[in-house]
Amino acid sequence: MKGFIIKEFMHIFRDRRTMLILFGMPIIQILLFGYAITNEINNAQIAILDHSNDQSTREITQKILSSGYFALNTKLNSAEEIEKVFREGKIKEAIVFESDFDKKLRNAPPASLQLITDASDPNTANLLSNYTQAIALDYQKQLTAAMPAPARLNIQSTMQYNPELKGVFMFVPGTITILLMLISAMMTSISIAREKETGTMEVLLVSPLKPFHIIVGKVIPYILLSFINALIILVLAATVFGMPFQGSLLLLLLESILFIVMALSMGILISTVSNSQQTAMLLSMFALMLPTILLSGFIFPIENMPFPLQIFSHIMPSKWFIIIIKNIMLKGLGIAYVWKETLILVAMTFFFIGLSVKKFNIRLG
Amino acid sequence: MKPAEVKIQNIEKSYEGVKALYNISLDIQPGELFGFIGPDGAGKTTLFRIMASLLLPDAGKITVSGLDVVANYKELRHILGYMPGRFSLYPDLSVEENLRFFAGVHGTTIKQNYDLIKDIYQQIEPFKNRPAGKLSGGMKQKLALSCALIHKPALLLLDEPTTGVDAVSRQEFWNMLKHLKKEGITIVVSTPYMDEASLCDKVALMQKGQIMDIEKPAVIVEKFGYQLLSIKSNRMFALLHDLQQFEHSLSAYRFGDSIHYIPESPIKDFNILSYKLAERGHSEIVIKETQAVVEDCFILLMQQSEKAHGINS
Repeated sequence: MKGFIIKEFMHIFRDRRTMLILFGMPIIQILLFGYAITNEINNAQIAILDHSNDQSTREITQKILSSGYFALNTKLNSAEEIEKVFREGKIKEAIVFESDFDKKLRNAPPASLQLITDASDPNTANLLSNYTQAIALDYQKQLTAAMPAPARLNIQSTMQYNPELKGVFMFVPGTITILLMLISAMMTSISIAREKETGTMEVLLVSPLKPFHIIVGKVIPYILLSFINALIILVLAATVFGMPFQGSLLLLLLESILFIVMALSMGILISTVSNSQQTAMLLSMFALMLPTILLSGFIFPIENMPFPLQIFSHIMPSKWFIIIIKNIMLKGLGIAYVWKETLILVAMTFFFIGLSVKKFNIRLG
Repeated sequence: MKPAEVKIQNIEKSYEGVKALYNISLDIQPGELFGFIGPDGAGKTTLFRIMASLLLPDAGKITVSGLDVVANYKELRHILGYMPGRFSLYPDLSVEENLRFFAGVHGTTIKQNYDLIKDIYQQIEPFKNRPAGKLSGGMKQKLALSCALIHKPALLLLDEPTTGVDAVSRQEFWNMLKHLKKEGITIVVSTPYMDEASLCDKVALMQKGQIMDIEKPAVIVEKFGYQLLSIKSNRMFALLHDLQQFEHSLSAYRFGDSIHYIPESPIKDFNILSYKLAERGHSEIVIKETQAVVEDCFILLMQQSEKAHGINS
């Protein structure tokens, strides 16, 4: 068994491609998700058509542009130009102030402010519109604060756990999940399938090694390497993106190991049904990666999915792991709050290990 | 460990309806060097895999030293050394690492059984730090044999160990097997090369999933029972055709750089045959009587069984 583990490490360390996937990919992925793929708004290009150009409109414009979310692309002079700049794709949003804005605002409210957004990207359009409204309303509040109003509703919203609405907080748990899944499941399934492909499995089978030994020998190196990977990702998340660490690091690491073992047992299961490295890779891609990305609630909220898919998402181990990481990292909750999810993962792990030991063929074919 | 005795009884195996083995029965004595001789597709590898407990037979039973290959596969795998037909070591591990790994897998060390593999391993030891994938064909074979032997098995199964290996390495390989036999290991080899048959203690001639004959190589040759003529002329291709067309021809086939011709009844006067060939435009005719080898027997047996089948169907 010891010899088997040493052998497995040699395979990994001698193959430059494996090493690159193991250690290059996590770093690239986390940076990609952190920087490039983000739904935060930064310097969105806008155009402003100001029919009044008075004190209020200038102040609102000033407020909008200094927020950091928006950047002025062009100042427009007529309504006809709006269509044109949208078509040119220069801007995401156009703000139109009506004429005599200031006068109406002070003497004969309401004064109208028109927001036109490019909804070919609906999420961004929604966000932009919301942000602009918030800024405009904030301005109104400042104005009216001085004078007593008959009845006013004061809404105070607080963004718990992620006050700045940073996308990274969302992506780091998802990325850890994807990467651990990918490395653990795909790499083990490929390495077992490789033994079948090259015929070395034939020799291993004829030896007195038990299926359990072969599986454990395959798995231990990848548990270690995946664990190192999880650490790299967490360090990157904390240092580069300022991801907070509210909860217990120990608990987080233990949960990660649990998830790694779960993913590895899925990888072994995949390898028992595939006879070539290619099949193993495609199977892990389609059976594990895509559902992990799409159905775990990582990118698309589970509550918004059709009911059958919601049910389906319950059997995604990644869904539970993402909940666990978020609860620990962002909310700082302890095991008392994640025991249910943990238990589900433990049950899944035992299920997959049991199934793969049972399905592991002691003969050929 | 005592050398193993192998008993094969009525083994049948088919793949998706295609029969690969028909009712194979034979015994291999302890300490014997036993050869399965036959062309590709004869069913040698299938039979080896069943013996190695890698495949389940459809019917029949094989025991190795009393251990059933199906029921007692766990115990069997401790006393078995198996070398599959294709190179099955780790190409990215070095020679020494491969050997150490397979020793570990069998719960032993290189040191413990070094005596057994010494003669073989010494030839590749200068390259012990080279990745196994970068060895030459002959050296790969030696390494694979060392790995299959490292736990001192009672039964060594070698599936086409010399296929794709050059003539010198093949010769060396057989010399090694002869040495191993003295160590008290039953060795079962398969090969498509007929000339290797004479190097075995006993051979089974296999063809299309059936065993045509099981004998000592010398006995097989003795049983040949026909006159065998080796014939050459200036037009070799036409010669084969013409000899096959002769009315008293039992068989004619290419053999090395001559044609082997088996007449139905012995010919005493070669001049008549020579004259007949000259009539058909051959010159430089050389006719010699020669001793049959295993390949001649194999071809004759093959033709007879084909003829028998032709009548049946």
